[in-house]
Amino acid sequence: MTELAATDPLPKPKRDIAPILLPIALALVTIPLIGSPSTWLTLTAASLAMGMMIFIMASGLTLVFGLMDVLNFGHGAFIAVGAYIATLVFAPFAASVQADSLWVNLAVLAPAALLSMAVSGALGLVVERVLILPVYGQHLKQILMTTGGLIVAEQTLYALWGPQIIPMPLPTSLRGSFILGDVAIAKYRVLATLIGLAVFIAIQLVLNRTKLGLLIRAGVENREMVEALGYRIRRLFLGVFMTGSALAGLGGVMWALYREQVHASMSDELTVLIFVVVIIGGLGSIGGCFIGAILVALVANYGGFLVPKLALVSNILLMVAILMWRPRGLYAVTSR
Amino acid sequence: MMLLSGDPPRSRVLTLVLVVIILALAATPFLFPGAKALNVAAKICVFAALVASYDLLLGYTGSVSFAHTMFYGIGSYAIAIALYGMGPNWAAVATGIVVGLPLAALLALAIGLFSLRVAAIFFAMITLAVASAFQVLASQLSWLTGGEDGRSFQLPELLRPGTVLVSKSLFGFEINGRILTFYLVFAVSALMILALLRVVNSPFGRVLQAIRENRFRAEALGFRTVFHLTYANCLAALVAAGAGILNALWLRYAGPDTSLSFSIMLDILLMVVIGGMGTIYGAIIGATIFILAQNYLQSLMGVASKAASEAGLPLLPGLLHPDRWLLWLGLLFIASVYFFPTGVVGRLRNGGGHKSAGASH
Repeated sequence: MTELAATDPLPKPKRDIAPILLPIALALVTIPLIGSPSTWLTLTAASLAMGMMIFIMASGLTLVFGLMDVLNFGHGAFIAVGAYIATLVFAPFAASVQADSLWVNLAVLAPAALLSMAVSGALGLVVERVLILPVYGQHLKQILMTTGGLIVAEQTLYALWGPQIIPMPLPTSLRGSFILGDVAIAKYRVLATLIGLAVFIAIQLVLNRTKLGLLIRAGVENREMVEALGYRIRRLFLGVFMTGSALAGLGGVMWALYREQVHASMSDELTVLIFVVVIIGGLGSIGGCFIGAILVALVANYGGFLVPKLALVSNILLMVAILMWRPRGLYAVTSR
Repeated sequence: MMLLSGDPPRSRVLTLVLVVIILALAATPFLFPGAKALNVAAKICVFAALVASYDLLLGYTGSVSFAHTMFYGIGSYAIAIALYGMGPNWAAVATGIVVGLPLAALLALAIGLFSLRVAAIFFAMITLAVASAFQVLASQLSWLTGGEDGRSFQLPELLRPGTVLVSKSLFGFEINGRILTFYLVFAVSALMILALLRVVNSPFGRVLQAIRENRFRAEALGFRTVFHLTYANCLAALVAAGAGILNALWLRYAGPDTSLSFSIMLDILLMVVIGGMGTIYGAIIGATIFILAQNYLQSLMGVASKAASEAGLPLLPGLLHPDRWLLWLGLLFIASVYFFPTGVVGRLRNGGGHKSAGASH
């Protein structure tokens, strides 16, 4: 150990860049396998968009776990609720959705997304108070309670909207692709990537540059210590939980537009995907979650192109491979 | 006492209820004529064994697995594919059993070694992911599994409804191959439940409970917790595959909806929690309540929904629609985790007493 004078800056923690290089390496390795560079670019752009959407949905789950050791098996319900709420806004303004003007389209899209986030966030408040608060610190009961919550939420959606698939057409100005040479990149995917990046940067800024973020990061590291210093960590946790739920709602709207349909069972399908991402990234790590989401999307898209049959189990294979390399995910944040 | 491995129900009411359920199940072919009653009784038997095997995991080791239907499905599909491919003979039944059971155990071993080293939640998430991949795989490999349609098959001669063993003139009842199949299902389920009772009351079962209560302490006492947990996982998978075999034999069919779907997994969770975790007997009670509700409550809800829509009430018809019965069971589930964590059995034993099966960390 070297002696440090009081005026010396604190030693910087070593940056762990291997996980960041992983998706880049994966993308580069597949170029010769796919052959045509334009196909490769299209696939990569598609993966980025898909990865961003998954990241938006998964970020709340991983933070909630990291901060409070609470695993929400009902996280998928917020996604479905968000998507359904958006249809409420889309239906009466169908004309504006079909209008061929970006601004008119966005004037419907933005309020729809905001309303979805608000409703999902409010639902998060209810779920946290009713389902999670009574079973703090008991993993088994948490899993059971939130699974029960997922059943109830899904069935309520069926009861209110009926079991049929609701179509959710993309606004006209977001249809089609940008053509660069012989590369076609869907417009909506560009928008999704931009929103995802914005959310990632916003979360990173809040976590790393504000006092709130400092408290959250400290809480992830050592909850009791933050409590002992006099901060009401329960309230902090409630805020994180609601934000995570709202982000899941936003992700739900984006995913519904991506698939152009809404169905209550989307929560089941996405829950599995999100869990894989959160496990790969390391429970509680936002950066790991981001890389994990991109990895999952890359493997799904490249795999689907190269070996379609394998794509069905590609997530599991990826998860197994990553956990062989790092048993606690790419970035192990928590000591649990 | 020997039969129950020294672990009697320990409550008069509970004993009475169990005796009534078992007698009613045993006498169903004679007491309640008709195909529906017999189907319900067979389903209760199969699920009682399946839920009991899940209880070994959830109630005794405190690990939540979402892959239990996968093992159930492996059993179902093994027997279905064997009988479909080799024709209706006993060699095919034997092949299905010989292939299905070890396959389930091996897969459980792999999952266990891979994910039981870490915390309970990790195990839950990984089993969920593996089970969903398996489900996709089963529906995609249609040359083997019949895809979404599943596989229908014929039973060996002896178990067919057309085979009359004892004609009606002798006792006033006709005993045919169908009833024989029912008793096969009943007997094997009962045997599996008794075997599980034996397991949980053995020294091995004690260690499992010790791990549930405090894994760290169990490890400090010198028990290899990963070995014990993996072993329990394999045993549970074996029984689940056994229940799957019975289910396929009874239905003469195996498909994604009857043996693999995620909703069956939720059903199992509901049954084990409502019946009482960590009791084995809870499985019998939970399965009986749940399957009776599934088959008879739904028609009741249909009547209520109709009445509500005729009375012109808003929202209620939708909420009471027979297809929404899971909504009410979900609410019941949350309430029972919250208010009666020990389930019906725990309630009957000591009024919601001290032995909490839920506290695992």
